[in-house]
Amino acid sequence: MSATPASDGANPRADALISIRGLSTVLNGKTIFDGIDLDIPRGRITAVMGPSGTGKTTLMRHITGQLAPDAGEIRVDGQDVTRISRDALFGLREKIGYLFQNSALLTDYSVFENVAFPLRQHLKLPEAIVRNIVLTKLQAVGLRGAADLMPSELSGGMVRRVALARAIVRDPMMIIYDEPFVGLDPIALNQILKLIRTLNDTLGVTSILVAHELAAVRRVADRIYLLAGGKIVAQGGPDELARGGTPWTQQFFNGEADGPVPFHYPAPDYATQLGLAGGKP
Amino acid sequence: MNVLRAPLLPLRAGLAQIGACGIFLFRILRALPLSLRYLRETVRQVYFVGAMSLVIIMTCGLFVGMVLGLQLYHTLSIFGGTAALGTVVALSLYRELGPVVTALLFAGRAGTSITAEIGLMRATDQIDAMEMMAVDPLAFVVAPRFLAGIIAMPILASVFNSLGILGAHLVGVSWLGLDNGTFWSNMTANVDVWEDVINGLWKSTAFGAVITLIATFQGYSTAPTSEGVAYATTRTVVFSSIATLMIDFVMTAFLM
Repeated sequence: MSATPASDGANPRADALISIRGLSTVLNGKTIFDGIDLDIPRGRITAVMGPSGTGKTTLMRHITGQLAPDAGEIRVDGQDVTRISRDALFGLREKIGYLFQNSALLTDYSVFENVAFPLRQHLKLPEAIVRNIVLTKLQAVGLRGAADLMPSELSGGMVRRVALARAIVRDPMMIIYDEPFVGLDPIALNQILKLIRTLNDTLGVTSILVAHELAAVRRVADRIYLLAGGKIVAQGGPDELARGGTPWTQQFFNGEADGPVPFHYPAPDYATQLGLAGGKP
Repeated sequence: MNVLRAPLLPLRAGLAQIGACGIFLFRILRALPLSLRYLRETVRQVYFVGAMSLVIIMTCGLFVGMVLGLQLYHTLSIFGGTAALGTVVALSLYRELGPVVTALLFAGRAGTSITAEIGLMRATDQIDAMEMMAVDPLAFVVAPRFLAGIIAMPILASVFNSLGILGAHLVGVSWLGLDNGTFWSNMTANVDVWEDVINGLWKSTAFGAVITLIATFQGYSTAPTSEGVAYATTRTVVFSSIATLMIDFVMTAFLM
């Protein structure tokens, strides 16, 4: 028994639910990832942060097998998602809750049916049990009273909470939150933050939080990876990173407009493009 | 070199589209057994693409039949052959007009809505969300619509034919004074169930399959933008119409 904590301390990989090695991806000629190594520990909230367009969502798509990388290994719960069969991948996905950036509720179905969807598709449960599970999950996100509404009748924050209820309806081992704070008012944002923390503590799930709202992330994340320019430029606990002195963290955490993450999209020489170079009109 | 290649590029793109569509058909067929689990969804789709198309199909069928009755009555009267009105109307409807016009209407009414619906599901990540919930969207979204098209089209074509004959009867018998008995007896004597009616139904089944294949393919592979969905919807109508008329010619040649 005494070996367990020791091995935890010595080798964090043994405790990792997700372990990524040498991940490289090129999309439309642009290098998104350039040999990334990354571990997501079990039972914790890990945040993946970075400027827009650095491939945070792409990374989640790799982890869930929606997109195959050009090179590298992605192990989720011991299985390499780049190699397993579609059936095995679907089996794995049944254990993952995924909160989409735009929530992706099924617009033809009511709130209740949206949350019940994963249950009805995979388990043959009596209607009474489905009803109880769905109402429990809706209660957890505070929307039991909205069960009969259609997604089009909900506000942005409510839509996201319904999507969260749907993501947890099968008690997953892991929840991926893709930009859960975008477009939320401070009240809704706090509600989501509280839910992320509560779910993690009560259900013991592993959470991956993709976001760039620093203030919000600092309040819940146990560990932060900072992605930029196809690499992991910083990692560590929130306070550790905030104190840390790399130019990347400086720029990102202080919100500086220019720095290692350039203000300008790659472009040909300005003067040349304006026709000013070489004295030409 | 480029001068030679340039005109071939659209051809190559077109061939690639047809190839991708073929692979898509193969994937639908592979998902069909699984989609039997979603029988309720298939029934719902038969309602949407079939029952909801009834009004337009019935209205158009009635007017096509009335125009046929009017035109043919005058043409036939030149040769003193107005007695054959019922036969000619029924044969043209069962063999050609019924399946083809129904297919063109179906492409405009049901095909576009299938493309737009699946395209918007794609654009709002609903397709990806299903994949993430370990539900195969081909089995849950695409296959039921494909089956619904195959089931609904022959029924819609039959309704179109019936209303067309009724329209011709209205004009020929009720308005222009053709004898009721002549109209029906000549028709029943000269229309063959297998040669005319069933062959027409085969055609409409094929059209239903092709139109829903094109509609689902366009929706499924659309660019996830409003412009992408708009283009996909247009392409559905254009390609479905062309495919319908081409397949009609080929099938007519073989079924004759």
